[in-house]
Amino acid sequence: MDKLPKAVIEIEHMHKWFGDFHVLKDISLTVREGERIVVVGPSGSGKSTLIRCINHLEEHNQGRIVVDGIELTEDLKRIDEVRREVGMVFQQFNLFPHMTVLENCTLAPMWVRKMPQKEAEEQARSYLERVRIPEQADKFPGQLSGGQQQRVAIARALCMNPKIMLFDEPTSALDPEMIKEVLDVMVDLADGGMTMICVTHEMGFARRVADRVMFMDEGEIIEVKTPDDFFSNPENERTKLFLSQILDD
Amino acid sequence: MTETYVRTTSSPTLPAPVTHVGWVPWTRVHLFSSLGNGLLTLVGVFVLAMTLPGLLDWLFFSAVFSAESGVACVGEGKGACWAFVDAKFNQFVYGRYPGAEQWRVNLTIFLGTAGLVPLLVPNRFPKKWFVGFLLIPFPIIAFVLLPGGAFGLVPVETSDWGGLMVTLVVAVTGIAASLPLGVLLALGRGSQMPVIRTLSVLFIELWRGVPLITVLFMASVMLPLFLPEGMSFDKLLRALIGVALFSSAYMAEVVRGGLAAVPVGQYEAGKALGLTYWQSMRQIILPQALTTVIPGIVNNFIGLFKDTTLVLVIGIFDLLGIVQSNFTDPNWASPQTATTGYVFVAFVFWIFCFSMSRYSIYMERRLETDNDS
Repeated sequence: MDKLPKAVIEIEHMHKWFGDFHVLKDISLTVREGERIVVVGPSGSGKSTLIRCINHLEEHNQGRIVVDGIELTEDLKRIDEVRREVGMVFQQFNLFPHMTVLENCTLAPMWVRKMPQKEAEEQARSYLERVRIPEQADKFPGQLSGGQQQRVAIARALCMNPKIMLFDEPTSALDPEMIKEVLDVMVDLADGGMTMICVTHEMGFARRVADRVMFMDEGEIIEVKTPDDFFSNPENERTKLFLSQILDD
Repeated sequence: MTETYVRTTSSPTLPAPVTHVGWVPWTRVHLFSSLGNGLLTLVGVFVLAMTLPGLLDWLFFSAVFSAESGVACVGEGKGACWAFVDAKFNQFVYGRYPGAEQWRVNLTIFLGTAGLVPLLVPNRFPKKWFVGFLLIPFPIIAFVLLPGGAFGLVPVETSDWGGLMVTLVVAVTGIAASLPLGVLLALGRGSQMPVIRTLSVLFIELWRGVPLITVLFMASVMLPLFLPEGMSFDKLLRALIGVALFSSAYMAEVVRGGLAAVPVGQYEAGKALGLTYWQSMRQIILPQALTTVIPGIVNNFIGLFKDTTLVLVIGIFDLLGIVQSNFTDPNWASPQTATTGYVFVAFVFWIFCFSMSRYSIYMERRLETDNDS
């Protein structure tokens, strides 16, 4: 019998409401070490909210979320512990505009991990190399293109040496010609064995890297399958409708 | 009929037509661009022509620059009595601070300036040291040096302090205390914790809701009534605390505006990286928030600097107070004395406020070019 890799994220019967609106309904999901999950679905289906619950940017109202053995409760200490191990990349990059690229990448390691400045800078440079923009280290984010900024954001998250990476529509705010450079970096990361959950509309990326594709609609997980299965035999009517809409062109 | 024309040789660079360079077109664009603007220009020139000669005459040509007494300033057609300012200058700066001890004031001002100037010049000096100096040793040195009474320094009662020196003490203390306090209050007002939020709101609204004069009266007249018998502290110190708390409430609201202008994504990015609340405020949010509200902050500083003149109502003689009190000196009685004194005070205040204003504009420009593409 094959021994399954350890579960790093366990979500059990999790619910969330925004006021009266039930955004996430009875979500259960286990993510194992090294697994790559791509979350797709129409806008407003709760995909982003789901991954934002994993690092407690949004608070869940019911159920359990355990990340790397730590259950997320109101305890701020635990939340910070989880956030240290979970990197996040946002749709709008959210780089710190008043710091250089290098400072963006060394801030958290120095303050949160108490890493000496020199070591933090070396590490930052090596990750900037990995996202293929080592030459931009001393510029400010405002001087970079969208694609470059998003790659810096990825490097910034990686500098914390996270066990899990969350991507919240990382290419949705980019001009079309810059999407590929960001996806290439993400593919590279996936090939390196990083545990990833990506919310994205890039179906090519889903096919290429996902271990499982998860389809969400109206706050529910409708279908979870391997990419081949997902794209060739979707079972649920809503999945079929969604796929017919996006794979039209 | 149009047809695509492709140039085969490059076009030479030609001088601009005469209608676009030189003073004639400049005048047309800047002074007479329309009928209304043309009229305004003429009115402006007329007003200048009517007032400027008289003003210059009063300020310089007919002014009395040196004299033994006010008698020299009496008479038809006499201008400003600068001799009055000249004779009283020492008092205007130090009040009744004893002459032999004035080096202490000078040294304090020198140390403060020496600490401040390197901070104002960007990227030249290691800021940490100067900020550290201004925050801890400098106030202690000033607190020992100015009132004296320790290390063999002759005590000088604060009732003997006066003039520009008091204006600076009140303004600098107010400015130095109001920014950090204001930041804390603004953070408190945005806090998730109801107790802290309520206390901050109450504090801010209380101090913003009363006039500074009332605060000063309370500090000088009412406060001693509430304190236990035999316990009292210096009147100037009470005024300083009143001014600091008053201006920190205003500062809090300015900073709150800056905090609101920082995009939510910045807060989230800080959290997602595992930074604590204070780390993320210190490193990410406040640097951006304070930069956006530099004009508002400096506006408050300028307002505060001028409001220091109100300490006169509780019997502390700041620059304006000491100048005014000298108007009654019979030796300098002349029709021009008061006007000259007021013009002098206005000029001194203007120098300080205008410098702050220019510096803030310089900082804004610099930060703009630094961060944005």
